[in-house]
Amino acid sequence: MDDPINPAKRRPRHSLLVRLTHWVNVLVLLVLLGSGLQIFNAHPALYWGHASTFAEPWVAMTAEPKGQGLAGYTQVGGLTVETTGLLGLSDGERRGFPAWATLPGYRSLAEGRRWHFFFAWLFVFNGLAYLAWGLASGHFRRDLAPRRAELSPRHLWTEIRDHLALRFPHGHYNTLQKAAYLAVIFGLLPLMVVSGLGMSPGVNAAWPWTFELFGGRQSARTIHFLSAMAIVAFVLVHIAMVLASGPLRQLRAMITGGEAPPPAPGAHP
Amino acid sequence: MTSIPRRGLLAGAGSALLGLTLAGCDQISRNPGVRATLARAEGLTMAAQRLILSRTALAREFTPADISPDFRANGSLRPAGDDYQALVAENFANWRLEIGGLVERPLSLSLADLRARPARTQITRHDCVEGWSSIGQWTGARLSALLEEAVLKPEARYIVFHCADRLDAFAEGDRGLYYESIDLIDAFHEQTILAYEMNGADLPVKHGAPLRLRVERQLGYKHAKYVMRIEAVESFAHIAGGQGGFWEDRGYEWYAGI
Repeated sequence: MDDPINPAKRRPRHSLLVRLTHWVNVLVLLVLLGSGLQIFNAHPALYWGHASTFAEPWVAMTAEPKGQGLAGYTQVGGLTVETTGLLGLSDGERRGFPAWATLPGYRSLAEGRRWHFFFAWLFVFNGLAYLAWGLASGHFRRDLAPRRAELSPRHLWTEIRDHLALRFPHGHYNTLQKAAYLAVIFGLLPLMVVSGLGMSPGVNAAWPWTFELFGGRQSARTIHFLSAMAIVAFVLVHIAMVLASGPLRQLRAMITGGEAPPPAPGAHP
Repeated sequence: MTSIPRRGLLAGAGSALLGLTLAGCDQISRNPGVRATLARAEGLTMAAQRLILSRTALAREFTPADISPDFRANGSLRPAGDDYQALVAENFANWRLEIGGLVERPLSLSLADLRARPARTQITRHDCVEGWSSIGQWTGARLSALLEEAVLKPEARYIVFHCADRLDAFAEGDRGLYYESIDLIDAFHEQTILAYEMNGADLPVKHGAPLRLRVERQLGYKHAKYVMRIEAVESFAHIAGGQGGFWEDRGYEWYAGI
């Protein structure tokens, strides 16, 4: 990693482009999630296939009479649970996700769509910049591709035990971390784009594979939703890992680039 | 470095920031400058789709077995007013579609006239902006043939569809009336038809009788129901709210290919 001849020239832990695209992505994904939930709330139900089977949704958030008032319910497959205050009904209003989770907080499909598509473009540009740089600079090959030795069962088992004991080696990414990042960068995030395009009637006409890949537009919508939830799960684990492995050091590294190189001889302190 | 008080401080600052952010988001969303900026993505989306995708590509057509038994009707389900009720009572026998504006030969066509014009039948998926989809079979007159018959003037750029239904009872004058507009690329697309039949029967009232637009590569709100008059225009800025459609005047995208 480091230049053994001139330690002052060694790379920061996170390159400038990784830091920049990371924080842009934080903002962009937050906006996409909030506006996406706003859009979902316009029809808080999910289906499989080409068309909606209104009587038999796969997932549905509803508000039904209960006693004197209403209660929120969430149905997933054959299971229905009461979710008043969170899903189906919150602040006395029928809505899929509550106001605090949506952008804007008040109900507006039109505004949700404006936010979503503007930030979807930012997401694509940011992602392309990261991918181009990751390939050109060797970031993927050097930092993310697992080495052969890292894939041995014995090594993986050691890493799993270390994770369970909350022992995290500093410096290089560990193999489980690499696998998680690779799955998100080359799996989940591109899947969000493709399943999003799979819902566009314009794109569907010219590129039928965008919905056929999923088995229909309603399936694409379901996959889009589930992938978004998977990204939320990834982010929660990601934040938990940062908190468990020295949050201030980690945060500083993602902002400034990482441990400053040792001072060159004769430099001012 | 990571002592507990510091963590508590971070968490406290974080949740305070979150509260401020949530309150701020709604204010940001209502800001006209922000709205104008966000709306710019529509131009990029439309340019990208028109540049990259084939302009003549056909929307996927399905088989009779795919037709939705529960095709949902949205928006107006039956226009109010005596005029429309009278049309329904006589089964649209005296209804006429007017085609005018920037055309050389204005047309006035009865349903029988429309049925005598070049037609197309297609089983397509209808995608509502709300997120749901239904599949239906549509038979109607091809818009391209009608426009060729009326002969567009060179300055015509958009085709506007004026409808019988008042969807917003509180808006003044023509601002509450439903209308839509499409450009000439979509107007001359092979699947763009004025449907008078749905699933092999006369178009039901709740789905837009006697005539509804099908513009298969865009979302449901572009598929104007209860079409009474078609107007070729150079610009739609002077019509109702000036954004090219009832929902467009209420913040939705004019280009609804996404």
